[in-house]
Amino acid sequence: MASLKDLRNRIASVKATRKITKAMQMVAAAKLRRAQEVATAARPYAERMDAVLASLAGKITSREGASPLLVGTGKSDTHLLIVMTAERGLCGGFNSNIAKLARADALRLMRDGKTVKIMTVGRKGADNLRRDLNKQIIDRRDFRGVRQLSFTDAEGIANRVLDMFEAGEFDVATIYFSEFQSVISQKPTPLQIIPAKLPEAKDDGAVAKNSAVYEYEPDEQVILGQLLKRNIATQIFRGLLENAASEQGARMSAMDNATRNAGDMIDKLTITYNRQRQAQITKELIEIISGAEAL
Amino acid sequence: MAGTFKFELVSPERILLSDEAEEAILPGAEGQFTVLVGHAPVVSTLLPGVIHVKLATASTKGIYIDGGFVEVNPQSVTVLAEHAFIVDEADQRQLEEALGKAETALGEAKDDEALRHLTCAIDQLKGLQRKKAA
Repeated sequence: MASLKDLRNRIASVKATRKITKAMQMVAAAKLRRAQEVATAARPYAERMDAVLASLAGKITSREGASPLLVGTGKSDTHLLIVMTAERGLCGGFNSNIAKLARADALRLMRDGKTVKIMTVGRKGADNLRRDLNKQIIDRRDFRGVRQLSFTDAEGIANRVLDMFEAGEFDVATIYFSEFQSVISQKPTPLQIIPAKLPEAKDDGAVAKNSAVYEYEPDEQVILGQLLKRNIATQIFRGLLENAASEQGARMSAMDNATRNAGDMIDKLTITYNRQRQAQITKELIEIISGAEAL
Repeated sequence: MAGTFKFELVSPERILLSDEAEEAILPGAEGQFTVLVGHAPVVSTLLPGVIHVKLATASTKGIYIDGGFVEVNPQSVTVLAEHAFIVDEADQRQLEEALGKAETALGEAKDDEALRHLTCAIDQLKGLQRKKAA
C-alpha cells in the first residue's frame, strides 16, 4: 500500500500532466482552425485547375504523343511512394496510420516483384519506416521549424519528383497523406499523381458545351503538358495542407482523451487517498482507545 | 466602356484579387493580349510578366506573375499563377526573389520567343525596383 505522501505526490503529478495535455489540446484547436482556413483558401486554385484539366483531357482523344505524366511510361516496374507525415508526435495514431498504410503497400508491391522507392516528407514517417524499409528510402524531407507551409515547399518536392521522373527513375508515383474528414476522423489516403488520374468531368453536358468553344493558345497538347507539371505541385500542396489539418485534429482528440484520462485517474487516486486517510485515523483512534483501556 | 467582367487572380495559397474589371492586359504565351468584356473563351498559358488590370473603379493595378495560365470567358477572367504579387504592394524582397527566378529561367531559356519574353520581364522588374527605391 502506498503511503499517504506517495499518493499526494502522484495526485499532484497527474494534475500537472492534465494541465499540460489540456493546454496542448487548446493549442491544437487554435492551430486546427488556422490549418483549415489555409486549406479552404487553397481550394479555388485546385478546383479551377481540375476543371481546366478535365476539359482539356476530354478534348484529347488520341493518346498518341500525350505527355507521359498523363499516360505513364507504359510500364509499372518502379514505384515511388511519397509518404507525408508530421514533424511531431503526440497526435494519436496519425503518423503510424499513414506509415502503416504506406508500409503495407510497399510490401505488397515488393512481393509482386516491383521496385519500391520511398521519399518521406516529415520526420516521423522517416523514423517509422526506417526500421524495415531503410534500403528503400531514397530521400527525406522535413519541415522542421516551418511555421506555415507555403506553396514553395510543395514546389520543392514536386521539382525533385519531376526531375526523377524525367531521369526515368520511377514509373508510378503515389502520395500518402491523411485526408481530413473531421476532428475525430482522419483517413490515410493514397493518391496516384504520376501518371495523373484526372478528375472526371462532373457534369458531362455542361463541360462538353463549354469546352467545345474554348480556344487554346498554344494548342491543347502543349497546355496540357504544362498544366500537368503544375498539377503535381498542386496535388502535393493539397496533400500537405490536408495533412496539416489532420495532424492538428488528431492531436486535439488525442489530447482530449489524455485530459479525460488524467481526470479519471485523479478521481480514483483521490478516493484511494481519502480512504487511506480515514483508515489511518481509525487506526490511530483504536490505538488511543485500547491504550486508555489498558490503563 | 461597354461593361465589366469579373477578374480573379488565384494563387495556390489564396485568392489574391477578385474584382470587377473593364480591361485586362495579359502576357500570353503567344503574345500579349487584351481582354474586354465579351471576349471569346480562351485558355492560354502565361509567361512571366506584368498583368495590367483596369478595375471598374477606374484604378489600374499591375500584377507581376512568374508564369501561369488564364481561363477567359465572356463574363470572367481567371488567372492561375503560382507566384504573384500586386506591384504596388510589393516589397524589395519580393522583387528581388522574382528577379532572381526570372534570371535563372533566362539562363535555361531554349527558344528566342521565351528569351525575348524573359528579357522583357526582367526589364519590367528592374524598372519596378528603381521606382520603389526612388
